[in-house]
Amino acid sequence: MSVVPASYPSTRWRRAKVGLFRAFTILALAFVIGPALWIIGGVVVKAVPGWRWNVLTTLSQGTSGGLENAIVGTLLLMLGVTVVAGSIGILTGIYLAEIAPPTRRGRSSGAVVRVVIDVLSGFPSIVLGYVGYVALVVGLHWGYSFLPAVLILSLMVIPYIAKATESALHQVPTSYREGAEALGMSLGYGLRKVVVRSALPGIVTGLLLALAIAGGETAPLLYTAGASNTLPSIAPLHHPVAYLTYYVWTDWNQPMASAHVVSYDASLILIVMVLTLLVVSRVIVARTQRHSESAR
Amino acid sequence: MTVPSTPRSTTPVARAPRVTGARRHRREDRAWRIGGRLATILPVVGFAFVMIVLAVKAWPAFRVSGLGFITHSAWQPGNTYGGTQRVHGVLIPQGATYGAWPMLLGTLQTSAIALLVALPISIGTAFALTERLPKWLSAPLGFFVEILAGVPSVIIGLWGVLVLGPFLSRDVYPIVANHLPNVPVLRYFRGSVGYGEGLLTSGLVLGLMIVPVIASTTRDLFLQVPPLPKEGALALGMTDAEVARRVTIPWVRSGIIGATVLGLGRALGETIAVAMVSGSVLGTVAPNVYGTMTTIAATIVTQLDSAATDGTGFAVATLAEAGLVLAIISVVVNLLARTIVRRAGRMAAPVGRA
Repeated sequence: MSVVPASYPSTRWRRAKVGLFRAFTILALAFVIGPALWIIGGVVVKAVPGWRWNVLTTLSQGTSGGLENAIVGTLLLMLGVTVVAGSIGILTGIYLAEIAPPTRRGRSSGAVVRVVIDVLSGFPSIVLGYVGYVALVVGLHWGYSFLPAVLILSLMVIPYIAKATESALHQVPTSYREGAEALGMSLGYGLRKVVVRSALPGIVTGLLLALAIAGGETAPLLYTAGASNTLPSIAPLHHPVAYLTYYVWTDWNQPMASAHVVSYDASLILIVMVLTLLVVSRVIVARTQRHSESAR
Repeated sequence: MTVPSTPRSTTPVARAPRVTGARRHRREDRAWRIGGRLATILPVVGFAFVMIVLAVKAWPAFRVSGLGFITHSAWQPGNTYGGTQRVHGVLIPQGATYGAWPMLLGTLQTSAIALLVALPISIGTAFALTERLPKWLSAPLGFFVEILAGVPSVIIGLWGVLVLGPFLSRDVYPIVANHLPNVPVLRYFRGSVGYGEGLLTSGLVLGLMIVPVIASTTRDLFLQVPPLPKEGALALGMTDAEVARRVTIPWVRSGIIGATVLGLGRALGETIAVAMVSGSVLGTVAPNVYGTMTTIAATIVTQLDSAATDGTGFAVATLAEAGLVLAIISVVVNLLARTIVRRAGRMAAPVGRA
């Protein structure tokens, strides 16, 4: 005959706790989905009544007019980040995952790089923007322009790209590398033809997410890219670049109704851009997962 | 990850035909190595550059303000168009005095609120996505976590100041403020609720922004918990709530803590959204949780423009000092998170699949 200790919770209370736990998990999920829908819906509701399609094709007049210059500017900045941060980030990831010579204790070298990348990935973006302003814009007399903006944005997103690349490479089976070596491929040739190629979907996904982050940033751009109501010039220095987040940030609390419309339109375009990038990266992941499962 | 080369066979076998362009391959290998090394050096150089610029820029402000910078509250740019004075060998505008205590406290307060909000939501979401919902439902619903992570902070700020803040200050805050008893801690939830721009709204918005950071990591951690211990606990008669509390969460506890600290780092450095919903009021500590305030990051973004008009450069130097304080906090928090996550990874790794 067993003795149930007096402190043992009653069955009813345990059953109630199960209910509470299940309600808590669903409620928590609702607190993620609800605000996400609320934010997107809020932007759509505010932007759609004043939406005119020529916003996409006319230049801004600051607190009124279109956003063509800002769209082109944001896309240009994203292109610049793709080139600078993409090449550096992907190479860093490849080096850390594949090339870095192992140390005597069997761990991969590049410990300092890993620490810096971890620290940079959580570094306040405005501090990077401040340094871009005092050191590049003012210190080197570059002025508000394309190059300092791209450099600062790149420093911000390199960690994301490097980490995504590294983890994508870690998912490539070791047998691929052994196969490449067994076929007599050199390290570089094997990387190019076998290892990096099979990690490419993961790398591209990381790059797209980094682009979404870069395109939606405001703080590091305000004091590096400056502001401009004209189309971005080809010159990388001394010419300010317009970008979408600038108009959201400056026009929302202007007194004129036309400024609010600019702010909401810029928000809507940004949301569409970010969602497109997210969906594309999601599709890439889904497709490659399907392929890898069928290959097994 | 290089594969150890096998010792060359001594038995004579047919020689493989010599690879044409072996020199080209060697050259390509060298290019990969050098390129990789260069690429890894660049972020390190960039980070060192950032910290050095901050330190050099902040030095004059540090000489004038000293350590009192982080304990004083006054934020007086002084008379930027009038005379200047020399303090400890640094030329500053007459009457200029800066203290970062209110914004430092504001940074910590908003981040603390954000953590309190985000941690339960993240853990609940991770449970819902990994254990409660069927896979066909959890995959599309999990996408909302990524959406929340991807929405630009300026848009979250816009929503916070135009939609969430007014809603809360009209429909939620008054109810809370009028019905709570006047006892310690809860006292801060009483009093004037303002217009929705302030400490609590900032904390809630920040919490929403760091939920994806914590939730996505926690979800991945939960997926790594092997099924056998959970099934064993169920077989012993535990309810799924008890399995969650006594098996799943303890299994990955340090990973969750690491992710939370990572989220804390994000909250500390978030700029634009807080600048929009905090009220951006300098030099005062919020009297209650609804009060307007500011954070270090928000101050830098809102004040750098006017600081540049200070001919002596003291205001810009002061912002560098504020930025340095924030950078040091951020680096310490991130290193802490890294240490915790690494330890968690080491402990979890050998367990593997049951």
